[in-house]
Amino acid sequence: MELTRFCSTSRVVIVAGKGGVGKTTTTAALALAAARTGMSVLILEVEGKSGLSAMFGRPPLTYEEMELAPGIRARTLTPDEALLDYLHNAGLRRISKRLVNSGALDVVATAVPGMKDILVLGKVKQLELRRAADVILLDAPAAGHAVSFLLSPRGLLDAVRVGPIRKQAADVIDMLSDPVRCQVVLVTLPEETPVNELVDTAFAIEDRVGVSLGPIVVNGCYPHLEVIEDEDEIERDAQLADVFVSERESRDLARAAEFRARRQELQASEADRLADRLPLPQVRLPFLFHAELGRPELDVLADAFTTGIEALPNA
Amino acid sequence: MTHSLHDLVEHGHIVICCGTGGVGKTTTAAVLALEGARRGRDAVVVTIDPAKRLANALGLAELSNTAHEIDRALWDPEGGAPSNGRLAALMLDTKSTFDTLVTRYAESPQQAERILANRFYRNISGALSGTQEYMAMEKLHELHEDGGYELIVVDTPPTRHALDFLDAPQRLLRLLDNHIFRLLMMPTRAYLRVASVAVQMFLRTVSKVVGTEVVEDVVAFFRAFEGMEQGFRERAERVMKLLADSGTRFVLVTTPRRDAVEEAEFFAQRLAETSIDVDALIVNRVHPRFGDENPDGLRRRAAELAASAGAAADPAVKDAGSRLAALYDNLADFQEISEREATHLTGVQGRVGGAAIAHVPFLATDVHDFEGLREVGRLLFEPAEVRG
Repeated sequence: MELTRFCSTSRVVIVAGKGGVGKTTTTAALALAAARTGMSVLILEVEGKSGLSAMFGRPPLTYEEMELAPGIRARTLTPDEALLDYLHNAGLRRISKRLVNSGALDVVATAVPGMKDILVLGKVKQLELRRAADVILLDAPAAGHAVSFLLSPRGLLDAVRVGPIRKQAADVIDMLSDPVRCQVVLVTLPEETPVNELVDTAFAIEDRVGVSLGPIVVNGCYPHLEVIEDEDEIERDAQLADVFVSERESRDLARAAEFRARRQELQASEADRLADRLPLPQVRLPFLFHAELGRPELDVLADAFTTGIEALPNA
Repeated sequence: MTHSLHDLVEHGHIVICCGTGGVGKTTTAAVLALEGARRGRDAVVVTIDPAKRLANALGLAELSNTAHEIDRALWDPEGGAPSNGRLAALMLDTKSTFDTLVTRYAESPQQAERILANRFYRNISGALSGTQEYMAMEKLHELHEDGGYELIVVDTPPTRHALDFLDAPQRLLRLLDNHIFRLLMMPTRAYLRVASVAVQMFLRTVSKVVGTEVVEDVVAFFRAFEGMEQGFRERAERVMKLLADSGTRFVLVTTPRRDAVEEAEFFAQRLAETSIDVDALIVNRVHPRFGDENPDGLRRRAAELAASAGAAADPAVKDAGSRLAALYDNLADFQEISEREATHLTGVQGRVGGAAIAHVPFLATDVHDFEGLREVGRLLFEPAEVRG
């Protein structure tokens, strides 16, 4: 599938996955890949704090949009801020600060399950309707919260029978269930527990939320390297190539090679198991040995993302 | 003073494992309880959200509010542990822990019933951020008072800001203390006559946004709760005291990834502000180090080998050269990642002062049985033997 085609599949892409699997990294790589096709990208960061802006060498994000790179803008989207916005738009500006500062939001949010999530998703919907960018990327909350986050509008419809929040929930459901408007990209690592959790999450999202699922991003894959693990073979190769390899060095080389080979096998078998249990295409992002995530590394990941998407058949 | 993991499981009374999500906290907690039991202690592990297979291994097919003793044959297959060693496990059920608390502190069964049936309460007990943390602490307190255990190891909820559990009791009290909601505790409907314009506006706003039903639920909850705050407050204070007790040990769990380490550092700092020492820092999923050669030198060697292989005419020599180049590149990869991980860890290791520090390497498979827990135990407690 061509990258431009992938990027124009849905206007909102929700990137979700358990904590520590590289959700933010994936969001950044996807943003960069999309921006290269000439599309404008807006990244929405739901959790106040994340390393996203640092990857682009920029200061921390705020509720005001900021440019991270040409074609890529980003901002935070926290429930408190979304509520202020909401009240403001509803002509209740004077009361809004008090509501948030008094901690009353916590009480109201508790009284209405999923209220915070609705506020955030409602804001996403507003940005989507306004066509704030060609592609809107939402870096979703971590952990198993992704499912409850996406289920929140349905829960809210049960809990609240009247009022503007109910309308908001209904509008959000419309957006979530329309593949032209929204899809979810799930991120995982090629390891046992993350794969198991991803499979559960994927089924829950399809069955209970009804959001369309895009390809799975498998992050942290060791770049494949063919290595020999046997010290005798190393010695033979050294003689053939006419170079000196000390015994100690040969041992280190062999042990490192063995570790690489085992992890490569393990990762491949986990990726296969994922493919068996979940009939969705996979896009693999490499593990980065060489450096911290910065702009050059993001480019490497964006390349890998592009290659991965282009290898997929047209849907 | 330098702490040791041996001392921790042999003499600690309460061990709290904290860290951000996905770093192996639950596994670490289970390992520490197991090692305590293997040394003859009556141990229990309180887990929050274990992966399914580990939960099954611990006999935790579902949430259980009481600890369940694990068959000795499972955790001590060779029968080498002292006979007084026992191992029990529990998976925290936040809602039922809260219900028990309400029932205990209610002035009458009717009051308890009114609260338990209230919709706002049902949402708080299941969803209020901090409730899970508070209930983990509550369960800890209960096991400490009534359980008779020598060693209680507690996993903490995987919140983004993993120290939330320290504030959780206060946060709940603050919610109950909120002055706006004190006004709400006045007899139903009377709130509409309260003179304060601000409160009226507030209530009207809330009603407009979410409907009057919700507001009435909240009012009913606070009215039903009246008279119980004192009991909750005293309980919260006892929990805080227990956390500060000298028999309570803190274990910080992390991985060497930069984001996890940053979280751990923030954590260590917060504990220090609360005058709590970190007794142990456990770093999971560490990449192994092979020898001590410098990655740049290895990388150069790989490039030289690749260049001469490229120039070689004999295909056998060519192949041998490229294979060697790949080996040097691979070793350089691991030396680089290992150096970077060490750099990430410098800050947090410095911050935890005399804490015992243990590294657990990447394991071939996830831990989901006692054999796996024992293997991690060996890596933590007998590192020399394993690495030799």
